[in-house]
Amino acid sequence: MAEAVHDKFVIDRRFRQSPARVFAAFATEEGKARWFSGPNELWDMVDRHFDFRVGGTEHLEGKWQSGTVTRFDCSYHDIVPDSRIVYAYRMKLNGKPISVNLCSIELLPDGEGTRLLHTEHGIYLDGYEDNGSRLHGIGLQYDKLGETLPD
Amino acid sequence: MPNQIDAAFAALADPTRRAVVERLGDGPASVSELAGGFTMAMPSFLQHVRVLEGAGLVRTEKQGRVRTCTLEPLALAAVEQWIIERRRATEARYDRLAKFLDAQDQENDHG
Repeated sequence: MAEAVHDKFVIDRRFRQSPARVFAAFATEEGKARWFSGPNELWDMVDRHFDFRVGGTEHLEGKWQSGTVTRFDCSYHDIVPDSRIVYAYRMKLNGKPISVNLCSIELLPDGEGTRLLHTEHGIYLDGYEDNGSRLHGIGLQYDKLGETLPD
Repeated sequence: MPNQIDAAFAALADPTRRAVVERLGDGPASVSELAGGFTMAMPSFLQHVRVLEGAGLVRTEKQGRVRTCTLEPLALAAVEQWIIERRRATEARYDRLAKFLDAQDQENDHG
């Protein structure tokens, strides 16, 4: 039987930089590549595509050292410069859809900085069957990705 | 959603506690070893360890004078692990975004 599990979460973060600076890190390929993924000995990029505009798509596929292939397929639905981004994305694990999520990113001026509100609604599918332990491994590896980014 | 996810996520919504969980991903460590990586006072650090313990993410065990922390394998279904992973990956990305923006500021100051 196919089931769908639903979840919603909100992440509320503050950045020292202005909404325009934070927005630019989402809007440009060079900027986004610096924090959304990065070169790593554990992960080889297989495919990357970046088209940041309403109706545009973004893909990122990588192969982990363990052999697991993850793929992120995103489409942008609403963009208000320096202020709001709405997108939907599907994650695939070894070719199987595992979740479909709908997100809004709101950038609110906060003094000289920015308050970022990330709200994400998820529908979790069943592509993760028997992959529990592998998922945990991905989580730990994922964070290591950040450590290799040049600061 | 089960309360365990909310408790785990609340515990992971803090950079110190995320760093502790990441460190424990490499294997068990004593509280003093873990605390060595941070500048905060020991009582504050212990508070963080207690939150992780309360959320079921970390187990601690005292042998003599040494308290050892171990990452608790989450007794969650794969879907729950994946939901936590989406949240945690997003938090971790915003940590990296903050570092990237700060690095840009430094480049501009020196450039």
